[in-house]
Formats: sequence, structure tokens, C-alpha cells
Amino acid sequence: MSKNSVLPETSGGKNDVYDVVIVGCGVSGANIARRLSVYKIHVAVLEKETDVSFGTSKANSGIVHGGFHHNRKYLKARLEIQGAMMFDRLRRELDFPFRRCGIIVAAMHEDEMKAVEHLYMQGADNGVIGIEMCSRERILDLEPKLSQDVVGGLYAPAGGIVEPYRFVFALVESAKKNGVAVYTDYLLDGAEWDAATSTWTLHAADGRSLRARYVVNSAGLYADEVSRTFGAEDFHISARKGEYYLLDRLTKARPSRVVFPVPTAVSKGMLVIPTVEGTVLVGPTADATEDKTDLATTSMRLEQILDSGRKMIPSLSRNDVITSFAGLRPVLDEDFYIDASKKAPALIQVAGIQSPGLTASPAIGEYVKDLLKGIGLELTEKSDWDPFIDRHPRVRESTPYERDELIAKDPAYGNLVCRCENVSEAEIVEAVRLGHRTLDGVKYFTRAQMGRCQGGFCTYKIIKIIMRETGLTYDQITKHGNESRVLEGEL
Amino acid sequence: MKELRYDAVVIGAGAAGMAAALEIEAGGFTCALLDREDQLGGILPQCIHNGFGLHEFGKELTGPEFAELFAEKVLASKVSIHLGATVFSINAQGVADKEILCSSAANGVIRILCRAVVLAMGCRERNRGNIRIPGSRPAGVYTAGLAQRLVNIEGYIPGRNVVVIGSGDIGLIMARRMSWVGCSVKAVIEIMPYPSGLTRNIVQCLNDFDIPLHLSCQTTNIYGKDRVEGVEVTPLENGAPVPDKAFRIPCDTVLLSVGLVPENELSKEAGVELNAMTNGPLVDSTLMTNVDGVFACGNVLHVHDLVDWVAEEARQAGRHAVAWLKGERPKVQCRLKAGSNVRYANPGRLDPNRKNKVYLRSLIVKNDAVLELKLNNRILRSEKKGHIQPSEMITLSVGPADLEGADSDAVLEVSLV
Repeated sequence: MSKNSVLPETSGGKNDVYDVVIVGCGVSGANIARRLSVYKIHVAVLEKETDVSFGTSKANSGIVHGGFHHNRKYLKARLEIQGAMMFDRLRRELDFPFRRCGIIVAAMHEDEMKAVEHLYMQGADNGVIGIEMCSRERILDLEPKLSQDVVGGLYAPAGGIVEPYRFVFALVESAKKNGVAVYTDYLLDGAEWDAATSTWTLHAADGRSLRARYVVNSAGLYADEVSRTFGAEDFHISARKGEYYLLDRLTKARPSRVVFPVPTAVSKGMLVIPTVEGTVLVGPTADATEDKTDLATTSMRLEQILDSGRKMIPSLSRNDVITSFAGLRPVLDEDFYIDASKKAPALIQVAGIQSPGLTASPAIGEYVKDLLKGIGLELTEKSDWDPFIDRHPRVRESTPYERDELIAKDPAYGNLVCRCENVSEAEIVEAVRLGHRTLDGVKYFTRAQMGRCQGGFCTYKIIKIIMRETGLTYDQITKHGNESRVLEGEL
Repeated sequence: MKELRYDAVVIGAGAAGMAAALEIEAGGFTCALLDREDQLGGILPQCIHNGFGLHEFGKELTGPEFAELFAEKVLASKVSIHLGATVFSINAQGVADKEILCSSAANGVIRILCRAVVLAMGCRERNRGNIRIPGSRPAGVYTAGLAQRLVNIEGYIPGRNVVVIGSGDIGLIMARRMSWVGCSVKAVIEIMPYPSGLTRNIVQCLNDFDIPLHLSCQTTNIYGKDRVEGVEVTPLENGAPVPDKAFRIPCDTVLLSVGLVPENELSKEAGVELNAMTNGPLVDSTLMTNVDGVFACGNVLHVHDLVDWVAEEARQAGRHAVAWLKGERPKVQCRLKAGSNVRYANPGRLDPNRKNKVYLRSLIVKNDAVLELKLNNRILRSEKKGHIQPSEMITLSVGPADLEGADSDAVLEVSLV
């Protein structure tokens, strides 16, 4: 029982028995782990990739939604509304990039105003604070970069933008600080239930194993496979690809609020998003794909993204494009599937978490905690739970005086490694020391390689810092783990 | 926060910055030379091939040698050198003293006050996103310059089987370099019907190594999940892709050499207006930008093909900065305009009272081309230019004899016919 639990050792050895093991460390798993870190229980999170947030959570729109897109009859709508309200407190505790910039839905034709009115009524019914219907004049006043063809729309001032991977990193850092163990490169290979001890034994493909009294399946695109591994419900997660363009922070087309088109039956449409960090994201598309590792962009879709974005914001220019990328939504049903398994013991299913999953994720943590309690997990709060993590200073966010003080404390803050996003050596070192040992991991934590030169100038510097800090050799440096080696030989 | 004061500050210590700083110091003014890297020379130290210095020093040098000859002069001068110092803010518009903030590990944040600024930050390579090659995002896609750094300075081989996209000079040089370190260079893919690098590099770097150059071909996909597995190449006919003729080249590495962009983010912050054709500042006959006392030279002004011309232009900028610091201003400046088949002509204004060096780039490939100068629509003179192509910059001297009587409304138009 939980009172017998001890704080985890991070060995991942055979004898580790956890009260809860969470399979999958995307934004759902990370929120669940952090929520459970409040209690006197022994929690571990397993991630098959080499770093957390490397699946669906790394490539999405980064929106905290406005609470008007879905009807309250859906669980996802209720969790969205609850989750959206939790972000302010989380930001204070975890210091990740988040801002309530507001969301606009722009109607480009009179016919679309009917749908806008429907969204407004749905939002009002969902209790969205401050939501309003906008005339053409009002919406152009709110967002002067909109096309002159706009006829009106909707405004939800509480909607916001977030850096999704930084959100996950912060949640995981907080969870770890409060005793949660995180195992990466942990590809689940098998699981058996031992009725005598009421524990699951979980096996990784590389031979590691551990035991768990309760398991949460938050495996995103692979939640179907994980469910089958536990002999639980047989369902199928399909992938729906979303392609995006990222634009330079100096683009003239940066809106001050998130701009949505009027949604269709299948998707919320392609948006123009002013990211928290100052760049602009345009997308996503929505295409079913059979291959859950297919993150390729296509020329046809990329053209559509720009065309679609330009209808709303005509100043969008292909000259401002820094890069393109794609993410995959894990699609199950119309709604989220979050429930205790009816077939397997001591298993909570968290599946089909597509949009608005990021917004809903803090509420998913809460909901799953209650489900676990419902199937017998005892929860007693720790007296020393610490909701805060250390601030990670960023030179680009510092005033010249603050920057001078940072350099006085650690000269590495004065050594700028990434010139485009203004990232210092000290920030890269911090990322590596927090466990982000791949080029992509460093990129998501620091923004180095994410700017207009896309790593042309700084990649070799980052490789050297990772090698110096970790002792890894050149052939162990990867872009995103597995076989994504960056260097193939030495002279 | 430390505070320093100079007559002039030069930002960037590559060939342009060093040449400009030496002129300013020789003109009797105090000058600081700032660079974010830990050594002088900018990109030159990694350009270990030869072909540098024929105009500047009358002999063929490697990049490091060229940089060293300048660095020795700078080190022997009174120029105040700040290395590892990144400028992150310039306040230059409408102020008596310009304020530059830079940070370095050694000195923290330094506030530098000065009267004149010379922008010499160079350029950066365009990348995959800029040319929007679709496909997956595996490891193994590098700009040619990054690969050059990895091989020539860091001592690592980025990959074994290489496809080079774009036929810019760095890509051609790297095709040869990768062959020398034992890699197999499968092909160079160029979207235009002619190469975008210098002819001598096509001969010495591709032909001598039997590396195929696919002209009029677009890279339409990059394959591979973890590491690059291949590229898809689609031939163009009349400028349009012909998907039926697309073919695939297996490789583990893609090097991009698809053009250079002047690095003008700081310039924009300083209020400097840019020329849409060059992506560099609009400058007058003294290489001064629209911001009084802010000059630009080298690859931040427009991308050159020879470092010798960078140095030459930067010396001019240095001298003009000295004249400006002395209070000298051109009495009159007429306009320089790009005419038929000319992509751009720099600088934007000319001083009719002295000799002006003009740099221009062609939009066309042509044999027996003629350069035509028109002043206020009247043909002034023609010069035979032989073979011209966009990758080879054309230079031209325009002096008082050409511009006699030109006022500030006069327009000198250069055309290639």
C-alpha cells in the first residue's frame, strides 16, 4: 500500500515497485505525473523516445483554446474549459512560456457568420468569460492585420498561446523534483499481471523491467498497442497529420492574437498563430496517414497552408518562411477516451487525446488522479510538496542590467551560442544538465537552432557543449535519439 | 555595466570589418572592432582552399592566410579589438552619440558610445526551410558552411554519401572537400539551367572529380526517419517540374548551398532601410545608410563572390567614415539605377566629383554582353563585358568625366545588352 512506499531510486531495476507507472511522457503523461507527485506514492513515467515531449506534444499549434469549439456534452470540452483555467497558476509555478493573447475567429464571408454565432452561443453556454461577437469594424480594430475582406467574427480574450514542449519539460522537471522517476528510451515490450501481489510487471525492449500497482496508458499515437500489451480494450488509434510553416520573428504578418478561420465539420482549420516566443506559425493541415512515424511535409499541403493563411492575413509571405514541420494527432473517436479499463485490472486509459488535448491536459491530470482514487489508489498529500521549479534565466528575456548580473555570476551567459534566438552557452549547459542530450532536445528547451539560420551557425557549438557536459563521443550525438546520428566519422 | 567611448565602432571582424577598421585608425580616429567569435577573420579560417588574395595581395592564398595577413595588421594597429562580444542592441537613429550594447563572457555587458558605426556582419546561408524542400526531417541535412566548419576545423565527417543541393561556391568547394576525405559525392542538384557558382569552381571541384551536376532540377523530397536515406529530384522543363521524370538518389547526407543572405537583423533594429534586391542596406555614394553616420560594407551590404572585393569595398567604407567624422559631406549625389538585365547596382548614389566604384550583378547568362551607361536617358558609353552570368559580379568605375554636370536629380542607368 502507499504508506509502504519509499521515494524512487532511479535504477529502473527489477525490484522497483511503483504505485503508479505512466506509459508515455507527452503532455498528458507529464500532467498526470506532476499531479500525482503531490502524494506519498511512488510514481514512474516511461517514455519510448530519448526525451520527453518528442511525440505529438512537440509538434502542434501550441494553443490554449477559447472554450467555444466543442459542446459541453463531450468530455473533451469539459476538460478543455477546466484545463484552460489552470494555466495561469501553472505558469506562476513552472515558468514556461504562456500568454493569454486572445483568440479571433475571422469570418471571410457573410454565410460564415451563422457558424460564428453558433460558436458564440456554444462558448457562452460553456461559460467562457468575455467572449464576444464582433462586427467587421470591431474585428479589424482587434486585429488590424486581417484582410479587408473580413466581415466579422468572434473574439475570446482568454485564449492563449503556449510553448508545448517547454510546458512538458517544466511539468517533468517539477514531477522529478517531487520524486517521480522518468525513464527514457523505455519501449514497452510486454506486461503481466500477478494476481497474488496485485501488481503488473512491465518489460522494456532493452531488457529493463519494473513493477507497478497501477498503470496509466497515456501513450498517444501508440495507446492502442499499449492497451493490447496489457490485454485491455482493443481499439485503433489512427494518425492525422498536421503540417505547419514557421515564419521569422521579423515578419510583418505577425498578428497580435491567434487567428482562426471558421471551422469545418472535420477540423478547426488552418490558423495563424503568433507564438509566445515571437515567431509565427501557420497551419495545421489535416490528413489521415497510416504510418505513425510519417512526419514528412508535402509541397502540395505547404502551398495550401500559405494560401489559406493569406486569405485571413494577406501580408503572409513565403519569404519569411524559416522551416516547415509536421505533427501527428492521435485520433480515436470524436471524444477523448479517459476511463478505467473494463478488461484489464488497475489500468487507466488516456487515449485519443487530440485537440484540445494540450489545453485540457492539466484537467486530464486531475481527472486521472480521481479515476485512480476511484479504483483504490490511496492518496495522502506530502507535507513537503514543492509546486515551484527553479527559474531558468534566458538572456533574450533579460534587460541589459540583468544580463550583466547573470554574466557576473556565470560568464557562460555572456557567450552567445545561438545568434538568431539569442541563446547563451549557460542556457545550453542547463538544458544538457537537465537531461536534454540531443540536438532537438536542446533546441526545444533553449530555442537554439530554432531561429532563422536553423542551426547553420550554432550546431557545431552545441555538439561540442553536449560532448563536454556528458562525456558522450561524437558518434553518440544524435538529432533526436535512435539512429539519428549527426556525425559519421572523424578525420 | 562597463562603458566605453570610441569615434567609430566596426561590427564584425571578418575581411570587411578588419579592412574598414584599419582605414579608420589610419585616418586618426579611435576605433573598436567587435566580433562574436573568438578569433579575427570571420568565415575565412574555415575556407582552407586556395583562390583568395589575387587582387588584394597579388598572390594566391588560402582563407586562413588571407585572414592572417589582415589580422597581423589589425593586431599591430591601435584598433581596440573585442572578441567573443555579441552586439545585441544598437540605438543610432536621431541621436548625437550612438549606443551599442554588447555582451561577452570576459566583460559582461558593455555599453559603447560612438559617433560612427560600420556594419560588417557578413551573411548567412539560406537553409532548407528558406527554399521549402518538403519531406521528413532526419539528421544529415546541413548547410555547406556548417559541413565546412565540421570538417575543416572540428575534424568530423558529417556523412559518407553526399548529395549537394544548389551549386553555390561553398557547395562546390565542399563537394571537392568531401571527396578528398573519402566520401562519395553522388550529385550536385541545381534548379537553374546554369550553375550558381564560379566557373573555376565547376571545373576544379566537380569536373575534376567526375561529380555529376544536374541542372534545371529541383529537389522535391528528402527521405529518411532518423538519418537521411535519399532525395527525390524532379527535372524542370520550361521552369515547371515534370513529376514523371522524377528520380531518387540514395544518400545519407544532404548539403545545402542555396544562396547567402546578408545578416541585417541588427541593421533593421538600428533603423537602417534595406534594398529588397540585395537584402542589404540602401547606401549612398559614401556607403552610408539612411541612418546618419552608419555605414555598411562587405557581405552585409551585398553578397560578393570574392573576398578581395569585400576588402576593397570595406576600405572605401572606412575612408568614407573617416571623411564623415571630419565633417566632410558630398556636395551632390546623383542616382544609380539598375536597368535592363541588371539585378542590382550598388551603391544607390554616386558622387559626380570623384571616381566611384560600382558593383553590379547580371540577371542573365550571355556571351559578348555589352554594358551600357545612360545618364538621364542619354547613352554615355558602352563597355564590352564578354561572358556574363549572375554568379559573377561585374565591377565598373564611374568618374567625373561620366557624370559631369550631374545634379541630385540625375539618374545614371546601367544596363546589360
